[in-house]
Amino acid sequence: MEAVVDELPVILGAFWLTVKLTVVSGVISLVWGIVLAAMRVSPLPVLRGAGALYVNVLRNTPLTLIIVFCGLGLGTVMNVQFSRDDLSLNSFWLSIIGLSAYTSAFVCEVVRSGINTVPLGQAEAARAIGLTFLQTLRLVILPQAVRTVIAPLGSLLNALVKNTTVAAAIGVMEAALRMKNLFDAHGDAVIPVFLGFAAGFVVLTLPMNLLAGRLARRLAVAR
Amino acid sequence: MTDRATVLYDVPGPRARLRNNALTLAFGVVLLLVAYFVWTKFSEKGQWNGELWQPFLRADTWTELILPGLLNTLAAAAVAAVLALLFGAVFGIARLSDHRWVRVPAAVVVEAFRAVPVLMLIFFAQYGGSLAGMVVTEFAAVVFGLTVYNGSVLAEIVRAGILAVPRGQAEAGHAMGLRKNQVMRLILLPQAVTAMMPAIVSQLVVLLKDTALGFVVAYADLLNAGARVVPANYANLIPSVIVIAAVYIAINLALGYLATWLERRSRRSRKVAADPAAAEAAAGGEVALMR
Repeated sequence: MEAVVDELPVILGAFWLTVKLTVVSGVISLVWGIVLAAMRVSPLPVLRGAGALYVNVLRNTPLTLIIVFCGLGLGTVMNVQFSRDDLSLNSFWLSIIGLSAYTSAFVCEVVRSGINTVPLGQAEAARAIGLTFLQTLRLVILPQAVRTVIAPLGSLLNALVKNTTVAAAIGVMEAALRMKNLFDAHGDAVIPVFLGFAAGFVVLTLPMNLLAGRLARRLAVAR
Repeated sequence: MTDRATVLYDVPGPRARLRNNALTLAFGVVLLLVAYFVWTKFSEKGQWNGELWQPFLRADTWTELILPGLLNTLAAAAVAAVLALLFGAVFGIARLSDHRWVRVPAAVVVEAFRAVPVLMLIFFAQYGGSLAGMVVTEFAAVVFGLTVYNGSVLAEIVRAGILAVPRGQAEAGHAMGLRKNQVMRLILLPQAVTAMMPAIVSQLVVLLKDTALGFVVAYADLLNAGARVVPANYANLIPSVIVIAAVYIAINLALGYLATWLERRSRRSRKVAADPAAAEAAAGGEVALMR
């Protein structure tokens, strides 16, 4: 127990990095995922094909491989740099590229299936009373799609929090790698340290799950 | 595909078709420019040079370096899959027990392991094991992490599947005088497992993808072969990672098709009372695939 108390600032620092990874890559993958979903539901076969290719490739590749590709491939071989002198900042942003590229493929599929669950009759009725495309989208389709998408997006965010630990593969000192370091430093306190970090993840994910669950229930579309 | 009304678009008329063709051309050019940009960036660093890709045309690269990694990945995935299915079945059923003292601990275990990242479980297996005086190989650590995490997720899937079987089925079983364990074994589980098959296979795809986490603890898996072993011999990290990614994608797509096929088959079969779609939605559906 002492080890956890002594190292509390270090542990909190590690979780702060986890939170930063989650928030930044979460925002990027939400935006990019919506763009991809728009591509996949567009009437243009080129965009649909490109979106489908992206999603199928990224979804079926292990996240660890994507992050290693970003860290070693883009970072070391291709010399992509975000900061000349701060190596940890560099790997932070490289791992964000990997996390966002991977997560956005899942966001795309969630958003797309959200749009597809709106019954065709809704859009036909909207068009029949003379709404334009944008009005149909804004007043009829999106309000229903957004509601069905909340719960799955919540579980994606939950998965993203846990997935940020994979950034450890390229040396980002987030919670999992910091936990391993503390294991090395306090060999006799493996169990308390592990329980401390596990509790940290529960604290991060639990409120989020409850909120997403409650929102989804309150906004559920009765069909 | 193009000429069908969707929820967003009507069947295009002559003007819309013209506009769509123009936009197709414009976006086609944009996508080609993006591809060209990426291609030249990699080209500047000489990543398309023949000698970096040549090793993959030789048999010994595959037999000596890549296939051993692939076998290790498949071995870890197979062992972890079997153990996770057992774990999932035991804890999924335990959560539905009539006895509070079985139900509550099972729920705590499942919820706790689902909340913790797999990588942390792998590290914990390594260090916790050696603290207890055991020698924990990388293989054992990876299998432990994958088993308890995916086992917990599978437990939820099994539970959702059993709950999705219509209540009348269990009631009929009890009315016939079957014991609780007979009702579970002969009536509920077979229907639940058939209905949940697609979700179970999807979770096994997740498990297979997660074996790549072994890379972090230096388990000699497929990713290790692609990102450490092959580049160490030929200094071709990017080509090597791309080839390895193709192998992963091929395996996962094959498993994905298996899941779709199973889903279609169980939809067709009238013997299954539980609706697979409803059962899958109860377990979180497709989103589960992310992890």
